Amino acid sequence: MADTDLRGTDLAKGVADTRPRRKVFDADVAREPTVVVDDVHIVYRVHGAGSGKGSATSALSRIISRKRGSGVREVHAVKGVSFTAYKGEAIGLIGSNGSGKSTMLAAIAGLLPTEKGGIYTNGQPSLLGVNAALMNELTGERNVVLGCLAMGMAPADVKRRYQDIVDFSGINEKGDFISLPMRTYSSGMGARLRFAIAAAKTHDVLLIDEALATGDQAFQKRSKRRIEQLREEAGTVFLVSHDNASIRETCERTIWIEAGELIMDGPTEEVVRRYERGERP
Amino acid sequence: MAGGHTPAALPPISEWIAIGARPADPRRPARPDDPARRTNVSTVSEPVSLSAPRGADAGLTPKQLADKYGLTVSGRRPGLFAYSKQLWARRHFIWAFATARLVAQYTDAKLGQIWQVVTPLLNCAVFYLVFGEILSNKDDNPYYVAWLCIGVFIFQFTQNAVQSGTRAIADNLGLIRALHFPRASLPIAFTVIQLQQLLISMVVLFAVVLLNGVEPGRTWILVVPALVLQSMFNTGVALIFARIGAKTSDISQLIPFAMRAWLFLSGVMYSISDKIKEWPEFWQKVMELNPASVYIDLVRHALAPIIYNKHQAQFLEFPPHQWKYGIAWGVGMLVIGYVFFWKAEEEYGRG
Repeated sequence: MADTDLRGTDLAKGVADTRPRRKVFDADVAREPTVVVDDVHIVYRVHGAGSGKGSATSALSRIISRKRGSGVREVHAVKGVSFTAYKGEAIGLIGSNGSGKSTMLAAIAGLLPTEKGGIYTNGQPSLLGVNAALMNELTGERNVVLGCLAMGMAPADVKRRYQDIVDFSGINEKGDFISLPMRTYSSGMGARLRFAIAAAKTHDVLLIDEALATGDQAFQKRSKRRIEQLREEAGTVFLVSHDNASIRETCERTIWIEAGELIMDGPTEEVVRRYERGERP
Repeated sequence: MAGGHTPAALPPISEWIAIGARPADPRRPARPDDPARRTNVSTVSEPVSLSAPRGADAGLTPKQLADKYGLTVSGRRPGLFAYSKQLWARRHFIWAFATARLVAQYTDAKLGQIWQVVTPLLNCAVFYLVFGEILSNKDDNPYYVAWLCIGVFIFQFTQNAVQSGTRAIADNLGLIRALHFPRASLPIAFTVIQLQQLLISMVVLFAVVLLNGVEPGRTWILVVPALVLQSMFNTGVALIFARIGAKTSDISQLIPFAMRAWLFLSGVMYSISDKIKEWPEFWQKVMELNPASVYIDLVRHALAPIIYNKHQAQFLEFPPHQWKYGIAWGVGMLVIGYVFFWKAEEEYGRG
């Protein structure tokens, strides 16, 4: 106990811990945190909800009577979640629909403000996905370039990676489809190209929201291998999925969130088993 | 020795999982003195899944841990200089996005990209029919067609920039919520789209001016600085309206009316200078400073200087100081708009 306190004061002075560590005792070596989530609350404000009637007259009477706030409803999506992710970890987020998993990811990515608490990250975490940047009217070719640029790649990188992305997506296996507009693709082909573009860039902290398991068997295998690769290159991976098998395969640690609260945080096997049985600790 | 290891009795596996997962106090998921964390477990797979810092970091609060490793708050607005640097790094994206949007616009049409030229031509035809033939404004100006088309094109450049700027954030929420990039990229990209469209229209415009009997001259080169200044002005205005439109989407309902009023007050279809001679001096000054008429005058003077030639039978007055006003509006608006937009950078796409 005293030992612990002493180390605490060392840190307060900013002195680096130079004492030799016993590497055998892995559990005692300081790990490098990449994402620190500290008692985070997230509240959505929905405008135009509540008070039911959306007619022009009721809106006008609201303005005249100056009753504000009736149109705004608050949704408390995440309630006091805390955890720390370390370099080299792959963490699964599980929970039923609307439990706040995707909200949590968006907040880690810095795309949603926290009401209370703080999220600290190493570098810029990125969501895996470029769907929003792509345009269906354009050819696959142009979309590859546009998607890569949207992710912040330099034009030279895009040129270098272009062939890899096309090959990986397998779009051209049955003829020259990449020069056709994306709206002519089948849904599977579109999903494959989108994944191929999104997975072209490596990130320090990678956030994946149910992006796995698209396309046919061969492509699924390939995308799983690519995720593995991204995992190795990335510092930390977060995976939101309802597919427990892919969580088991990809992650060694899993966080179970329900109704915005952290239920369990532990090794995947244990957490997923309990989640499947519905046993709360 | 790094830790005061007291090899306490090894708890069963199920127990250390429970300890690690204890949600009772989420700020400190595992206490540093937890026996489970201090034991020299070698037979059991390493308990990586615990949140609590280990080794030298044991006992730190999340905030202290974040500070120690230099983690930064996710999604914080960068400084103005860093922001500009990020924006500059995304210049290729801005250009590619604008070009893609422009191309995508007409892919469904059979005639395709031809519409980019036909649309401005039809625009001019309608205005000519109404103001040139029916209201016969052209009687006292032999170069009325050229004069009118320049006004229409230049005004529409600004009008479209304002309108698309207002929707730049609201229409691209998906993009904003999925990817990280300086949000100013969007209103700037939409202004670039308008600029690309204007450049295509300019080809039509040169043809119209030549057909109207205006001889090409060295003053045509002045079109370039005039358009550069107007683009700067438009970018600034688009940035301002992008921020307003992102917070208050109601504004997009009002914009068309404001734009129509501005159109009629800017002397696009008729010479406004004759009509305001009776006005109080203050309002005359305001009309003189109107940025839309400043840029229209500059391009008209550059493309068809003959309209303002005093040796002609009929000529129009070229107001003084137009270049000064143009520079002031362009530079001033760009700086104000940029800073104004940046101030709310972290709020776009939220809520």
